[in-house]
Amino acid sequence: MTNRYETVFILTPVLSEEQAKEAVAKFKSLLKDGGAKMHHEEDWGLRKLAYPIQKKSTGFYHLVEFEAEGSIIAEMELAFRRDERVIRFLTVKMDKHAIEYAEKRRNNKSKQKANA
Amino acid sequence: MADKTEIRYLTPISIDTQKEKYCRFRKKRIKFIDYKDPNFLLKLVNEQGKILPRRVTGTSLKYQRRVAQAIKRARHLALLPYVADLLKN
Repeated sequence: MTNRYETVFILTPVLSEEQAKEAVAKFKSLLKDGGAKMHHEEDWGLRKLAYPIQKKSTGFYHLVEFEAEGSIIAEMELAFRRDERVIRFLTVKMDKHAIEYAEKRRNNKSKQKANA
Repeated sequence: MADKTEIRYLTPISIDTQKEKYCRFRKKRIKFIDYKDPNFLLKLVNEQGKILPRRVTGTSLKYQRRVAQAIKRARHLALLPYVADLLKN
């Protein structure tokens, strides 16, 4: 039985764009090795935090949506905790409403891109 | 004497002119409340960043629970502050 998950994580702003991309690639490959099927990913770029975390006021936000066995989540979160570059993460299991919403959001985004 | 002080109206004035409250999520058929959208969640918190009660927003219990969950998730991801002052002006 696989579930659909959504993970948002924040990387430290001390990284350069390339280093941030490399970190993201590392987590993605970890997921893929664990047999996860990637559905969507989003890079929100450098965003301002609502409150300081580890004395940093900005961070690189990244979102990944994937389908996988539940056992991979613990593995992934352990990797997040061990990695100093990740300052915050949140994994959410998506129910049918969340999946529907995510698909709608994606369609809207791609439409906006097409118009612009 | 009593007749003079008593004011009578032809049609009874309604003292309770407040609009009927409704649940915005039920009305608009929003089934999922996105924790990634801080601008929307801002409508459901007060100036200190506290979650507004149901009696103010009119949200139904089912969706109030989801609102609370979404706001808490947004706070964890630093999309909304835990404590703030003058969040909206």
